[in-house]
Amino acid sequence: MNAMAAQRWNFWGGIITALTLVWAILWAFPLYWGVISSLKPDDEVIRPYIELWPETPTLENYISALTTTQIGAWYVNSVAVAVGVTIITIFISMLCGYAISQLRFPGRIVLWWLILASFMVPTSALIINHFVLVANLGLLNSWAGIMLPQLIHPVIIIVYKQFFDQVPKDFREAAVMDNASEFGILFKIYMPMNWGVTTALSIVCFIWTWNAFLWPFLSVTRTEMMTITVGITQVNDAFGVYYARQLSAAVLAGLPVALAYLFFQRRVTEAITLSAGIKG
Amino acid sequence: MLRNSRTERLVALVLVAPFLAIYLLAFVYPTVQMFRISFTDAPLIGAGRWVGLDNYLRLDNDPMFRRALWNTAYFVLMTVVPGTLIALLIALGVSRLKGRFQAIVLALFFLPYILPVSVVYLIWDWTLNFQFGIAMHVLDWLGIPRVPVFKSRVWFLPAVAGVTIWWTAGFSILLFLAGLRSIPVEIYEAAALDNSTRWTTFRRITWPLLWPITSLVFTIQLILQLKIFDQVYLFSIGGRPNDNMVLVYYVFQKAFQQNQGGRAAAVAVTLFVLVVVVSVLQFQLLRFAERRRR
Repeated sequence: MNAMAAQRWNFWGGIITALTLVWAILWAFPLYWGVISSLKPDDEVIRPYIELWPETPTLENYISALTTTQIGAWYVNSVAVAVGVTIITIFISMLCGYAISQLRFPGRIVLWWLILASFMVPTSALIINHFVLVANLGLLNSWAGIMLPQLIHPVIIIVYKQFFDQVPKDFREAAVMDNASEFGILFKIYMPMNWGVTTALSIVCFIWTWNAFLWPFLSVTRTEMMTITVGITQVNDAFGVYYARQLSAAVLAGLPVALAYLFFQRRVTEAITLSAGIKG
Repeated sequence: MLRNSRTERLVALVLVAPFLAIYLLAFVYPTVQMFRISFTDAPLIGAGRWVGLDNYLRLDNDPMFRRALWNTAYFVLMTVVPGTLIALLIALGVSRLKGRFQAIVLALFFLPYILPVSVVYLIWDWTLNFQFGIAMHVLDWLGIPRVPVFKSRVWFLPAVAGVTIWWTAGFSILLFLAGLRSIPVEIYEAAALDNSTRWTTFRRITWPLLWPITSLVFTIQLILQLKIFDQVYLFSIGGRPNDNMVLVYYVFQKAFQQNQGGRAAAVAVTLFVLVVVVSVLQFQLLRFAERRRR
């Protein structure tokens, strides 16, 4: 490449980088604005001009959200449901993925195709019959009822199978020689070798469940049983809307998943690309 | 190697059983039931009489169903194509950056995707608030009259589509970045040696090599947006849901607000078939892409 071309290349490259940066800041601005507004006292929030920083930063909206709404109960519900779904889903999917990957049994191929096929089914089309099922089981307005339809994530089984397939066969053969049981092989060899995937999948499973809206919204009618994602949209004040307080509730609802992402950025992005069927 | 096949089968059964039990209960059974009650006049909960294809035939003359179908298609159109292109542009920009700087910029674009829909709703409802929203101050400043975005029939779906793109672009960006990373650097070096311009490089190298990912992103988006409900429901609170009717919303309204389980199920089956057809297409594309990568 000659010098002139290199210079031209760098000049435009610099402009593209600068544009990307500006775009990124504009993109994230509504998030910043939401957080900043939640830190403003009521009269500042509705001032008819733009203030990028609160004049008198305050936590009063947070205190008001925590004391006047049932946000505490919603938090407990969300944590219970998200942790429950994550543990159960990861566990049953790992067992199933291991069986399909390592064992030979009748119906294995059929099961694999069923799992691949269910990948395509829109669960939002099943809301009516999920509701009937959960109602018949007497589980409306309960953690178990919110959890049940969310326990099926075919993609987690698919990812586990792929990872177990890649474990070299020598490990397995050596263990079989030592008379290790299948459970021993799974829990002492295959599971520890794949902690990375398990962590990544657990984090995204937690995030998916925390963020679920439609099903928790349908299966819960009692305010104190709502998850936080539903709760913050369902409760309005009899005396007008307190924007800043609503935003502070939103910040509280988004905080756990935002932190999970920021702490485990690599793992989250890895699991999400894997779940789309691509190795990152 | 010796294998005790009876033990192996037994172990396999034990390992598969928990998933299979939940799968049959919470997935296969509701799916079968959905098809079954779509041929009855059942309420949401309780039995109904067999009415044959009646529920489906009614859909043909149902203006609300037509509107739901049309609005869903309109919404898909406004999110999928622009969403894919915007994500591609952002990914191209981000992929040029290096190390920590790249991680930070990517996080700015990706953060919305990680948030619950209700948080996204509250943030944008505030940003676009007719009286106090910061976007309206910007409109004032530009001399454009304010618009009550989510109360307006014309602007509702485009605005929700815009918010949806903002919310979900992070996912597509991630896939595009993975795709860009898998293009060998040598190809670009060779192009640079040939004094190829930026545009030619993109058109001749990046775009064709990225095509499998582009089609994947496109179909994933398509399936996702066909199932649109949450945002439309939330932004319609206190507004006019009937004007903004989409398919899943119609299932919800028929089943949960009008207590017509059978007729709602017919709408659900329509959506089901629509998504399965698109998904089969996607699955084929994915297999095709995998084969090309090898």
